[in-house]
Amino acid sequence: MAHALEVTAVSKGFGHTIALDDVTVSLEPGSAVALLGPNGAGKTTFMRVCATLLRPTRGTVRVFGLDARRDGPRIRGRIGLLAHESFLYPDLTPTENLLFYARLFRVGAPEARVRSLIERQGLHGWAHRPVRTLSRGLVQRCALARMLLHEPDLLFFDEPFSGLDLDAATRLAEIIHETRARGATLVISTHDLTRAVALCSSAIVLVAGRVAWSGPIDATDPAALETRYRALSATGPELVPAS
Amino acid sequence: MLAILWKDLRIEMRTKETLSSLLLLGLLTLLILSFAFDPSSELRQPAAPGVLWVAVIFASVLGMNRSLLHEREQDCLHGLLLAPVDRGTIYLAKTTGNIVFMAAAQLFVVPTFVVFFNLPMAQTLIRLSPVLILGVIGLAAIGTLFAAVSLRTRAREVMLPLLMLPLATPLVIASVEASGAVLAGQPLGAVAHWLNLVAAFDAVFLVVGWLTFEYVVEE
Repeated sequence: MAHALEVTAVSKGFGHTIALDDVTVSLEPGSAVALLGPNGAGKTTFMRVCATLLRPTRGTVRVFGLDARRDGPRIRGRIGLLAHESFLYPDLTPTENLLFYARLFRVGAPEARVRSLIERQGLHGWAHRPVRTLSRGLVQRCALARMLLHEPDLLFFDEPFSGLDLDAATRLAEIIHETRARGATLVISTHDLTRAVALCSSAIVLVAGRVAWSGPIDATDPAALETRYRALSATGPELVPAS
Repeated sequence: MLAILWKDLRIEMRTKETLSSLLLLGLLTLLILSFAFDPSSELRQPAAPGVLWVAVIFASVLGMNRSLLHEREQDCLHGLLLAPVDRGTIYLAKTTGNIVFMAAAQLFVVPTFVVFFNLPMAQTLIRLSPVLILGVIGLAAIGTLFAAVSLRTRAREVMLPLLMLPLATPLVIASVEASGAVLAGQPLGAVAHWLNLVAAFDAVFLVVGWLTFEYVVEE
């Protein structure tokens, strides 16, 4: 069975800056992986390369056995990305935004699917107001609905909890659990190690664009992950080889 | 493609930003340039096609800058790029949207031009239509591509005309020449060579845009 994600020797540079340096990662279908690392470690670039938004300078990316260079549209039909920005048009309402993306992703019965997601995300009171007028938490809920519209098999969450209040964060965690329960593969970038341990079964630590460590994490011992993470962040990948 | 077009039209119906900008700039350019020529001057009629196309081009540059600005807010361009479609299709959809907005603006700009230059209304509109349609398609084809190129640059409002206008020179020359001949009373058959040139320009830039858009929008 093909890996959900297979990243082989991928490097990505922006001018003189190397954002990813010889990164090799593979994820089994149904796994949930925390992507950890200090600011500027390359987490967002990694996700964007995997989501076919960026073309790697070197290396290959395969998603469910499909080559990202050749099969971009087919891959994009199976992935979802929740990024820092919502990808929502501020002048359209949540309903209009979701209908637009549903049609773009060729979702069957788009109106019904959008209605169901609006209900599920608790957006019915705001469904017909322009996104520009909504709070950060509501926009994040709507962005989450956008990502889930086509029921992707591989989901990338880029710091999904930042800026959310307690209720919204709890709701997001529930949705992540539900998504995982239906067999989707998850990659969650976060600085919150407690959440990483609660939501994921393994972790990848990126430091300065390189994989400093990857392996399973123990849900019963979040302190162990924190100790390891702090050591890796301080020393960098050159001194701590990936296991 | 229809979904993107529907979305662009929906945003425009709500904000009315692009069309109003296109219209205002087009009409103001016409007004200023028509005042620049004395009504009794012999230069006025020969200058008319140039005046019309200056108004069309200025308005087009502004409109195309605006149309891609919607995609920049909240990083919506990446939302589009995540869609399971060929990225060339996104280019064609954005180009079609720009053609619709530019054509809508011309519905007001061209009659105003006809009035300012004291030309016969129905005859001028009918005879100018093929030239305007082909010219607008070409401007949208090249403008949408370069608006995407300049989207991530700092001085994008300046970058678009700097990139677009030199390459659009053959289109502008052919459109002005064809319009001039048509306004002087020549039949459309007499300007077929200019129209063919504009049509070829349109086809080339639509294909180039469709093929290269994927590389243009990548960081």
